[in-house]
Amino acid sequence: MLKIENLHVYYGGIHALQSISLQVPEGKIISLLGANGAGKSTTLRTIMGIVKPSEGRIEFLGESLVGLKSFQVVMKGIALAPEGRRVFTNLTVTENLALGAYIRSEKAQIREDIEEIYSLFPRLKEREKQSAGTLSGGEQQMLALGRALMSKPKLLMIDEPSLGLAPVLSQGVLSKLKELNQTRGQTILLIEQNARAALSIADYAYILETGIVKLEGPAAELASDDAVRRTYLGIH
Amino acid sequence: MTIESFLQNLSNGISLGALYALISIGYTMVYGILRLINFAHGDLVMLGAYFAFYGVAMFVLPWWLAFPLAILFTTLIGIVIEKAAYKPLREFPRINLFAAAVAVAFLLENLAIVIFGGRPKAFARPAFLDQLLKIGNISFVSYTPVIIITTIVLCTVLILIISRTKAGIAMRALSKDIETTGLMGVDTNRIIMFAFMLGSALAAAGGILWAIKFPQINPLMGVMPGLKAFIAAVLGGIGNVWGAMIGGLLLGVVEIMLVAFFPQLAGYRDAFAYTILIVLLLFRPNGIMGEVQAEKV
Repeated sequence: MLKIENLHVYYGGIHALQSISLQVPEGKIISLLGANGAGKSTTLRTIMGIVKPSEGRIEFLGESLVGLKSFQVVMKGIALAPEGRRVFTNLTVTENLALGAYIRSEKAQIREDIEEIYSLFPRLKEREKQSAGTLSGGEQQMLALGRALMSKPKLLMIDEPSLGLAPVLSQGVLSKLKELNQTRGQTILLIEQNARAALSIADYAYILETGIVKLEGPAAELASDDAVRRTYLGIH
Repeated sequence: MTIESFLQNLSNGISLGALYALISIGYTMVYGILRLINFAHGDLVMLGAYFAFYGVAMFVLPWWLAFPLAILFTTLIGIVIEKAAYKPLREFPRINLFAAAVAVAFLLENLAIVIFGGRPKAFARPAFLDQLLKIGNISFVSYTPVIIITTIVLCTVLILIISRTKAGIAMRALSKDIETTGLMGVDTNRIIMFAFMLGSALAAAGGILWAIKFPQINPLMGVMPGLKAFIAAVLGGIGNVWGAMIGGLLLGVVEIMLVAFFPQLAGYRDAFAYTILIVLLLFRPNGIMGEVQAEKV
């Protein structure tokens, strides 16, 4: 579904991505792992057209995404729940969700989908008229996720959903992702610091290190690989 | 002071304040989104007045056609300014935008002097706005209620757009986080342009009403209302549309009332009005509505 080939990105004088290649097949959960500064977020930001690549190809359903602006990438069917959640704290919970559906026009259907997000995350329903700034970190993450789903993306990309969340909450968010994948066949590209948790729900994973793909493979294989266990899972 | 003259002064202050409010909304919306003080905004007030003047005087259009056309042309110029002078500079340090705004202000003022001529022109009010009305012992000219009602209608429409429509929600989101708004599928450039459109249209409407209230127009007529509307926007809490309306209204009423109560201070009108404002800002540095960041546009 998504195919990235030889992607190079310079970011403030730094060669942030050095020939990254990866693929996201339809219906799968793919995870990008790696330390801070490895280039995970830059990869997603480049896909979304926020950062311009200096070289390389990004193809989504056979069409090139290079040179498109964020809103055009969204219209092609990709949504990103960005790092740090970035919910609109000056809008209500419902307005945040409605904005997520900006590219769509069927009003009744959008209203139904908002209700569906609320049934997925009942905590949000209780706060639908509150400003998003009053939500807790975990609730904001649910909102960011719900907001990204509102565009009905073919590919959902999520950057660090468990950042700053209590382990119990981050486990909850990840199991929601698995549920979306299994019940709706939602294709997901997931960045996660918690490599063990990510590998537990992903089908396939790429491990990035200072702008290159260091290692890749089926999630189950990586999870049992000795070197991976030592370096990324903290198991000795 | 008699109750009649108090009410008369009050209606005068409210109509002046309404004009400040209309103009200050454009400042506050553009600031809310781009963190730019659009110094050229006051000159759109002048353009609105001149276009209305020429529509009636040169093209002999009826006022109900000339005024909307004047608003339309001013809005187009507002869009051109944004596209030509501000958009290319958006990625650069804020100070560049700032300098560009000052440059555009001088450009518009001097172009107006060259094209429209430096000598003031008499703006002919439509007859229905020139009637002397009397309610009891209070007398006022018919333009006063018209200015107030028009402002209320325009502000209501604006508030509805901002709070109810998709573009309005996107505009509020934009004031918080431009990049993430783009991730929602919003063409952010179009929404920024829309904000300039709304601000310019209101400035033009303010300019026409200003010329009706003070029917002598000149190429620098927008400078003072522009500055005062800017102060009104800061007073109300810059970035906040409600704040701009309240700040404008307050400024107009304070200005008029000060002279009404202390006629001997008439010559110091602006000095005293602004001293009060400075004191108010000392106690509320974020402006009247400043703390209600949630409503920021």
